Amino acid sequence: MANGATYAEVRVENVRQRYLSTKNGQPAQVRESESHGLGVRVIAEGAWGFAATDELTSAGVDRAAARAAEIARASALCKKEDVRLVPEQKHVARWQAPCRIDPFKVPVSAAIDLLLKVDAELRRVSGVTLAEAQMDFRRIEQLFVSSLGSQIYQLKTQTGAGYAAIAFSGSEIQKRSYPNSFGGQYQTKGYELVEELNLVENARRVGEEAVALHQAAQCPSGVADIILDGSQVGLQVHESVGHPIELDRVLGTEANFAGMSFLTLEKLGTLKYASNIVNIVADATPAHGPGMGTFAFDDEGVPAQATPIIKEGLFVGYLTSRETAAAVGQTRSNGTMRAESWNRIPLIRMTNVSLVPRAGKLDDLVADTQDGIYFETNRSWSIDDRRYNFQFGTEVAWEIKGGKRTRMLKNPSYGGITTEFWNSCDAICGPESWTLWGLPNCGKGQPMQTMGTGHGASPARFRKVKVGVAYSG
Amino acid sequence: MLTRERAEQIFKQVLKFSTADETEAMMSSTSYSLTRFANNTIHQNVQEEGSYLSVRAVAGQRTARASTNRFDETSIRQAAEAALELARTQPPDPDLLPMPAPQTYRAVNRSYGETAELTPKARAETVKIAIARAEKDQLTAAGIFSSGASAFGLFNSRGLAAFHEETLSEFSVTMLGPTSSGWAKRTSPLALELDAEALADRAARKALGSVDPKEIQPGRHTVILEPAAVLDLLGFLFWDFGGLAVHEKRSCLTDRLGQKIFGDNVEVRDDVFHPLQSGAAFDGEGMPRQRVRLVEKGVAKNLVYSRSSARKMATEPTGHGFPLPNEYGEAPMNIVMEGNKSSVEEMVASTERGLLVTRLWYIREVDPYRKILTGMTRDGTFFIEEGKVRHGVRNLRFNQSVIEMLGQVEVLGAAERTSGEESFDMVVPPLKIRDFNFSSVTKF
Repeated sequence: MANGATYAEVRVENVRQRYLSTKNGQPAQVRESESHGLGVRVIAEGAWGFAATDELTSAGVDRAAARAAEIARASALCKKEDVRLVPEQKHVARWQAPCRIDPFKVPVSAAIDLLLKVDAELRRVSGVTLAEAQMDFRRIEQLFVSSLGSQIYQLKTQTGAGYAAIAFSGSEIQKRSYPNSFGGQYQTKGYELVEELNLVENARRVGEEAVALHQAAQCPSGVADIILDGSQVGLQVHESVGHPIELDRVLGTEANFAGMSFLTLEKLGTLKYASNIVNIVADATPAHGPGMGTFAFDDEGVPAQATPIIKEGLFVGYLTSRETAAAVGQTRSNGTMRAESWNRIPLIRMTNVSLVPRAGKLDDLVADTQDGIYFETNRSWSIDDRRYNFQFGTEVAWEIKGGKRTRMLKNPSYGGITTEFWNSCDAICGPESWTLWGLPNCGKGQPMQTMGTGHGASPARFRKVKVGVAYSG
Repeated sequence: MLTRERAEQIFKQVLKFSTADETEAMMSSTSYSLTRFANNTIHQNVQEEGSYLSVRAVAGQRTARASTNRFDETSIRQAAEAALELARTQPPDPDLLPMPAPQTYRAVNRSYGETAELTPKARAETVKIAIARAEKDQLTAAGIFSSGASAFGLFNSRGLAAFHEETLSEFSVTMLGPTSSGWAKRTSPLALELDAEALADRAARKALGSVDPKEIQPGRHTVILEPAAVLDLLGFLFWDFGGLAVHEKRSCLTDRLGQKIFGDNVEVRDDVFHPLQSGAAFDGEGMPRQRVRLVEKGVAKNLVYSRSSARKMATEPTGHGFPLPNEYGEAPMNIVMEGNKSSVEEMVASTERGLLVTRLWYIREVDPYRKILTGMTRDGTFFIEEGKVRHGVRNLRFNQSVIEMLGQVEVLGAAERTSGEESFDMVVPPLKIRDFNFSSVTKF
């Protein structure tokens, strides 16, 4: 290694993306992009430096490496101690995520045609004032090389698809989305995801629900037993488990922007995070499924792993990196360092942080609930910068009376304190109701990086939760 | 860095390869560096250089875009061909307009060599100042110092040519004590204006002043929102001032345009030429940005329009469109809210009982028409009693209609260039607001 570096790693990436959307009967965005470049991360004089370039000539690469070392030496002006990393083995590997139908080989006209069919179904419902549908495809080809001798090639294809019906009437805007809000469902697979989602078949119902919300009763304010649908449980896991377990947040390195965490180090192995039925894992391995956090190796060359996070309610694991694992005396990273692209450094990010399913279907859970509210499809989400106080809203809810889903409720919301909420969980549906949901746009870091994360979840029930909080006062 | 001459050369190459009816090319280059510190040490330090070329092709009444960050002949040709091929796959769009003809632009100077040339060592030396301020009071500092330069060109086959260069720098710092924290941030095209030492001191004083925060009951309180808190709330409102948002009935101004929905003392305009603003003097199609008075004496007076939205709504474009094709239409991106002369200290002195809020966090829209937003206070929330800041308070969650809020503004301070975390930079004042709705309290 030149430039005085004691450790170096290089990621070369080529990212191809295609985004297609329609709105009210017309194509809205039809665009394609390709971006390639490399990032060099080094330790020199005991401190980190990183430089990225899209000039992939020999001279361009040399300049990036020299800049990374120069930056590391500048970092050393403010260091308290040398960077320490836990050991990792050399890995030489090739991995390609399963992709049955290459979305870039599907004719654009066929994809747009499908979106326009959805659009027509949505707008067939009187009262729908805006219909939006989209597909998003990404292929990420990556070569990682490090001074440990690792050479890792990975190829991932990610697909997203979804739509929304918006209905304005009187003094309200109501919205229903499918299969999830904010872009729909995302997974690490090909166009087969689009075919599995039954987009057209669900469009009429989604449009009708958007319109029906205008006639629905307001979600009451008070305390209630609630059931969350699987997608909302997935987001609840993301915000109130996935982020607080990021060890960089715990150690303070995200304090200026993303925030810190209430999960201070003494809580590991001692905090009763949730009720005894709650088990949560962070699992990046392909065996977990085609999640947005599935890979073979993370972006510092550590193999994908399955890490218990909450075991029978007890907090037992953080998401770690080679540096943070060393900082807390652990012997190995659990492999969660991920970078948005070639021009960003890897950060600790969620992989697939999933709630382990138990038993039964949603209908069974509703039948088992005397008096409650069933919430479906996220509309708003907010949580404090240490991840205690949260508030979520969903697009729609239904009242449950005597074990039956009864009238529709509009503007539903609920809120609470993270550990109190998870300790109130008394039922989790089974594998037949479990979906590996994908969030494409989790933000973290400075400069900001967005990342796809996976969250396996099934519907779950929580007792005595504050509801209607967004509209009270 | 991309020069105007180089951009013109690239566009000529694009035209050489394009067989589209009309062709547009956007190209940019960026050099950006960011030094990040936490726990009183630099823990991340990054630099990136990159460029991109984006080609939009028109085939009849159809358009699409393809982008690349390679500038060899083959890649440029492939981008031009891909854009055209994508365009041809679509059904025709009867609303698609021909590309705009050449325009003239008022010059704006937002590029400073001192910012572009800032070295990693210079940034590290500045960070050391913030760390020293933290250590003086046994605090822990976290933050960033970033600097960079970018150049952007937009050309079309009808002869339109637009070019913009700018620099930007940012210093933000959070000071952490055992039970409290404080924050300060500033951005500027000129790094020399940041004054990291003053920002670090301000954040430190907030942390020291809110030690052992007390819990107060949620409910409706008089609040003094510092500019960063004002900005992050307003950022959720001004997307609704796009013409297309109203046309599609997804704006809170649907059926409200021309009505007095805010207080008499609320005046807002979009003004890219304001001396404290940043950004190019043209929009995503190359139309010149115009000043637009959005709110006059509390009346939602005007919207901004892209060419397409203007045609749909029988009015003139204002130069606020996003690059085509897009779903969103347009939005005002250079918000200036008129202030007044009162200082935050004077607002505090005039307050019998209330809260002083430094910044807000994780704001999300709860209700798109009533414009109810939820979020948390963060990094310095204080209790005011009898005209004095008494102590820090535990952070609170709010659920507040921003429309209602702008009808309850009692006092406006001096407007300043402001940067938050949830929205783009604006020129906004601090505000004293009555009956701001807090709904719950967190544990710190």
